[in-house]
Amino acid sequence: MQNPYLPYPVRIDDIVTETEDKNLKTFKFVFINPEEEKKFSYKAGQFAELSVTGKGEIPIGIASSPTEKGFVKFTVNKVGLITTHLHSMKKGDIMGIRGPLGNYYPWELLEGKNIVIIGGGFAFTTLRSSIIYMLEPSNRDKFKEINVVYGARVPGMLLYKDELSAWKKRDDINMHITVDSTDDPNWKYNVGFVPAIVGEKVPKGNKDTYAIVCGPPAMIKFTQPVLDQLGYSHDNIIMSLENRMKCGIGMCGRCNIGEKFVCKDGPVFTLSQLNKMPKEY
Amino acid sequence: MFSYTTDTNSEDCNIIKPINKKNVKQAILGIRPCDSASFGIVEKNFDTEEYKDPFWINSYKATTFIGLACDNPDSTCFCTTANSGPFDEKGLDILLITSGDSFIGKILTEKGEEAAKIAGWTTEAPANSVSAIEKQKKEAESKISSSISTDKIKNKDTLELYNASFWEEEAFACINCGTCAYVCPTCWCFDIQDEISDKKGIRMRNWDSCMFPLFTLHGSGHNPRDLKYQRVRQRFMHKLKYYQDKYKSGIQCVGCGRCIRLCPVNIDIRSICDIMNS
Repeated sequence: MQNPYLPYPVRIDDIVTETEDKNLKTFKFVFINPEEEKKFSYKAGQFAELSVTGKGEIPIGIASSPTEKGFVKFTVNKVGLITTHLHSMKKGDIMGIRGPLGNYYPWELLEGKNIVIIGGGFAFTTLRSSIIYMLEPSNRDKFKEINVVYGARVPGMLLYKDELSAWKKRDDINMHITVDSTDDPNWKYNVGFVPAIVGEKVPKGNKDTYAIVCGPPAMIKFTQPVLDQLGYSHDNIIMSLENRMKCGIGMCGRCNIGEKFVCKDGPVFTLSQLNKMPKEY
Repeated sequence: MFSYTTDTNSEDCNIIKPINKKNVKQAILGIRPCDSASFGIVEKNFDTEEYKDPFWINSYKATTFIGLACDNPDSTCFCTTANSGPFDEKGLDILLITSGDSFIGKILTEKGEEAAKIAGWTTEAPANSVSAIEKQKKEAESKISSSISTDKIKNKDTLELYNASFWEEEAFACINCGTCAYVCPTCWCFDIQDEISDKKGIRMRNWDSCMFPLFTLHGSGHNPRDLKYQRVRQRFMHKLKYYQDKYKSGIQCVGCGRCIRLCPVNIDIRSICDIMNS
């Protein structure tokens, strides 16, 4: 019997500080046993439990894309006991990852469709995974127009800055990068909250256009009416949730929303599904 | 669950390893039928199509359940309308029935047969046992004075029940002590914690309950079940509605009545059930 609680050992291969407040770091992990990398076969939108001895585990969205081989990446916000410890760890340190866990963005359904990605703050991690996945040369033809709205409070709080500017230069993805405010006179992208930029830049909804929305509660709350106005059906709005988790496999009982577990039945739900569920997230 | 060392001189430093646990055969002797019926309910959580919890399953498989039929149910028992009964055989390998100064053992499974052999229980039961047990069972069942109805809850709209106005009032007296969950045979929620002493650490699981605010507290400080009534609602909705929604097979309760007897503020699952079912 496979033990779903046993993490795979990994080595920290690289650590990048992403934001100016130094609160977000991206960890690149390499599997100690190469055959376990194959077992950790994932899709964009899934998460894993990062496992630190003596501290415990935290559920974090997978920021790397299944098309990136040889490593997995996670961007971690420094919040509590485990993440604070993780931020003090160094290249070469050994820890564990357990997963992949949860469902993923519905890639089978999304093929042949226009994709609108809407992200805010540090919830951009599985969206990065999704963008890298879709832009992979062998995948790009599977999707029609791709629009991305990504916002942070200030320019220094944007994740993956090098990749953002590389994507901005491409003609097969429309990047709408925004910040709430900035005093940088050289800022060349948008200024404004995500919902406002969505209203200005995002194409109108139709049955062949899907929006993937991931961000802080306030962003989601104010983006939804804008998407409604643009004519997006709630079946075409895809969201990723977070709840406190321990087991990650639907057993420990804390992340439930009604009969669904965010860890196992989610974290990805359509807005139509969420409309029928208690608002316990 | 697991053990590890954080000693940097060890080549296994920070590698998490399974603890070799031998699941020695064990028996639970004298378990009440309601408690043994609960295992079938809990099993659905730990033995699923996608994931199997090896700790729970291995230890369950290694256990023989030798139950003791209940001749004198309590006034808070309502097992006969909640998945069980005083002579219920669900989940048992042997059911012991009191007969004067001795017991008659009804062997129910192969596991039970093996256990009886090992225990040396070889005396044949008296010829009239079957009818005597049936009579005793009827008597015990007739002593169960309370019942619940859940027929309407099943088909009710989940959100309507969730948003119902009675939760705050019903939860008013609750002190979130968690006793109800602690004594409940069908409550399975758990926590996973690391414990380390010097450089030797273990990862273990321990009991946890939805009655505690920390159970659902996010790292950000946000808590989806921040308020007392939300946690009380979660417990009853889980037992009486979500479980039915998920498994389409009855409620997550065996009517043992312990939560009623031990609740310090007299919250009664039977009356909550009545309100939800009305």
